[in-house]
Amino acid sequence: MATIVAEATGQAILHEEHRQSFLRKYIFSTDHKVIAIQFLFTTLFFLMIGGLLAMLMRYQIAWPDQPLPGGGILPETMVASGYILPEFYNSLVTMHGSIMVFFAIMPMLVGVYANYLIPLQIGARDMAFPRLNMLSFWLMVPAGLLTLASFFVIGGAAAAGWTLYAPLSGRPDLSGVHLGQQMWLVSLVIIGLSSILGSVNYITTVINMRAPGMTWFRLPLTVWALFITAILGLLAMPVLSAAGIMLLFDQTIGTSFFLPEAGGQPLLWQHLFWFFGHPEVYILILPAMGFTSEIIAAGSRKPIFGYKAMVWAIAAIAFLGFIVWGHHMFQSGMNPTLGLSFTISTLLIAVPSAIKTFNWMGTMWRGNLQFHTPMLFAIGFVAMFAIGGLSGIFMASTPVDIYIHDTYFIVAHIHYVLFGGSLFALFGAIYYWYPKMFGRMMNETLGKIHFVLTLVFFNLVFFPMHGLGMVGMMRRIYDPTGYQHLQGIQDTNQLITWAAFGLYASGFLFAFNFFWSLWRGRKAEANPWDATTLEWQTPSPPKHGNWKEIPVVYHGPHEFSHPDVPDKDWLAQNERPDITSPAESVMQPEPR
Amino acid sequence: MDWSLPPNLSTQGVPIDTLFWIILVLTGIAFVLVEAGIVWFMIKYRGREGRRAHYTHGSTRMEIIWTAIPALVLAALGVYSGTVWASIKSERSYPEDALTLKVVAKQFEWNVTYPGADGELETGDDFTVRNQLHVPANEPVVVRLESEDVIHSFFIPELRVKQDAVPGMTIPVWFEATGTGEFEIACAELCGLGHYRMSANVTIHEGADFRSWHASQGQEAGQ
Repeated sequence: MATIVAEATGQAILHEEHRQSFLRKYIFSTDHKVIAIQFLFTTLFFLMIGGLLAMLMRYQIAWPDQPLPGGGILPETMVASGYILPEFYNSLVTMHGSIMVFFAIMPMLVGVYANYLIPLQIGARDMAFPRLNMLSFWLMVPAGLLTLASFFVIGGAAAAGWTLYAPLSGRPDLSGVHLGQQMWLVSLVIIGLSSILGSVNYITTVINMRAPGMTWFRLPLTVWALFITAILGLLAMPVLSAAGIMLLFDQTIGTSFFLPEAGGQPLLWQHLFWFFGHPEVYILILPAMGFTSEIIAAGSRKPIFGYKAMVWAIAAIAFLGFIVWGHHMFQSGMNPTLGLSFTISTLLIAVPSAIKTFNWMGTMWRGNLQFHTPMLFAIGFVAMFAIGGLSGIFMASTPVDIYIHDTYFIVAHIHYVLFGGSLFALFGAIYYWYPKMFGRMMNETLGKIHFVLTLVFFNLVFFPMHGLGMVGMMRRIYDPTGYQHLQGIQDTNQLITWAAFGLYASGFLFAFNFFWSLWRGRKAEANPWDATTLEWQTPSPPKHGNWKEIPVVYHGPHEFSHPDVPDKDWLAQNERPDITSPAESVMQPEPR
Repeated sequence: MDWSLPPNLSTQGVPIDTLFWIILVLTGIAFVLVEAGIVWFMIKYRGREGRRAHYTHGSTRMEIIWTAIPALVLAALGVYSGTVWASIKSERSYPEDALTLKVVAKQFEWNVTYPGADGELETGDDFTVRNQLHVPANEPVVVRLESEDVIHSFFIPELRVKQDAVPGMTIPVWFEATGTGEFEIACAELCGLGHYRMSANVTIHEGADFRSWHASQGQEAGQ
């Protein structure tokens, strides 16, 4: 292992010396920073597509009796004489969820920021396996193309929900979707492989390539979160890939893993899917928690409150995350006694989430808060994630879940966690690390407007969905107006749709700011936020190889407002203060 | 913009709704504390020239407090939820001598099979009605839920009943209605392109009305 690592880093340094062709530098690059930026552009594109699918869905739910304006440009198999077809609606539901989870949020959290930040924050020159890293990005591209192409094959894109419940997902004769479902499964296996390769790389890098003095408890919380996320990914993704292949076999070569006619078991799919799916939920939130911790510490000019409690909370969430999957299946026909044990593990997992929330508030307490855009999004994350966490308690309580399961209450909950949580933190992260990535600042005024619009529209979209769930509106229905118990809520549905349009539109303000700043943004200095972690102690953007000399680390990651440094309110991790005796704080550097 | 739970019409709905309101109050308190705390801190500790943040790495005492309190509240909630859950779903809680029906879901309809005059299912005098569920009020009813094709979910909002119907399995569901009226079964699990319109009528009769309906339907089927 050690030799491989040494070889890889050696190569990274060599690359700096000779001039690289355009193709090697920007397209088939092995530089972790370039790969991260490739992931960033790709995932932003998928975020836009996923959002567009949601807009079409929202139009249909709000105005099921009116033709879609401009719907004529879509093929007859999707929109017939102006109206969205039910089968296309089911594809929209399915592909919105699938694309957002697998092609937008997850690769944005991990592909972009694990790649970009791990080497820079631990003081390494690159990833342990740079070529594997390149492969992990280049696997995502065909997977993404396959997914998009599936909309245009006969039968349309997959339409059994992002959870792919068998037998609907396994029986083209019952779902009406033939090739689309298979393309999505192949795509899922490929993206799974990409994710597994990434995980192996991140884990190896964090374990082996930390700079001298970077002990485990001096790691920035982002690295901790990404490291534990990578372990979750490594253990959970293969389960999904295996299940996906089994489902593909059910459709193509006549096996019956999940089809009851020949002795298969539909619930087996759900167990396998959620055994992956629940750790996946934490894959989608832990890195966001890491970014938030980092940004809130820097924005409050204070060390993170309860650093070790934060680390243990991440570890506890990761461990418990593997034993709560059954809470998605309370009403599935699974033995009800199992329901009880899953309730307890599920309620337990709320405790570390509460600990984290209180520690973020503790970090803000008696701080000197700087309300720059990243900080606003990070605070927004805490405020919205709290709502998502609390609404989860309703579902964890099995009797209440009988009523709210598969209603819009769940839709509200998942979006408070995935949008109010993950995506808010990601917006914060993009604004925060943009100057490091591109050497320019994003516009603050536009950023703040984007924050306010996002916060307002987000809550207008998703808060009322709790109400729809209470009324009993089922998920994934093409037209709610046919039901007696859903008669009084169409005005709410229309309000939500208008707000959703506003939310989507505010995304374009962000996109404008993002691209405009690439060329016109104010030039960024090395450390525009006066932050303490290592990535800010090298030029923006860092050169290939990241450092002139590998930094030596002397203390923890968030030493803000240290009383022994009176002239400024931050102390970089590699800054040697006169007051600390190096003998007790510096780990002996390993010979490389 | 009516966002309320529909009026409850079943015995099991009573503890379910109670739990719902308890959780709403508890999470409501936590919600207000967290959100108000954040806003208060944002105002009180906003950055100002010449200010310096308080340097601290945390407090073990606070960590213990905010670990223990949520843990205790959640544990209590877990125990209470478990008791209610067992009283609804555990096999021991199923009523004996209840009227037993069979509901078979398929894309996109609910077929309800009633026992004939002998009161036994799977005998010659059973009869099946499409998309019509008739049950008596104030008597326990057990529904044996099956599916012919894909997974559906048997959801009657007013009765606080929801159970997936899984092909290859027979899953018993029971409820006892506490009032009469006309309602709907709504499918709550995505089951294909007609999922949104997979509903059936539910009629809850007074006991005597139900028996006369049952007798008349049985005769029709027998002819």
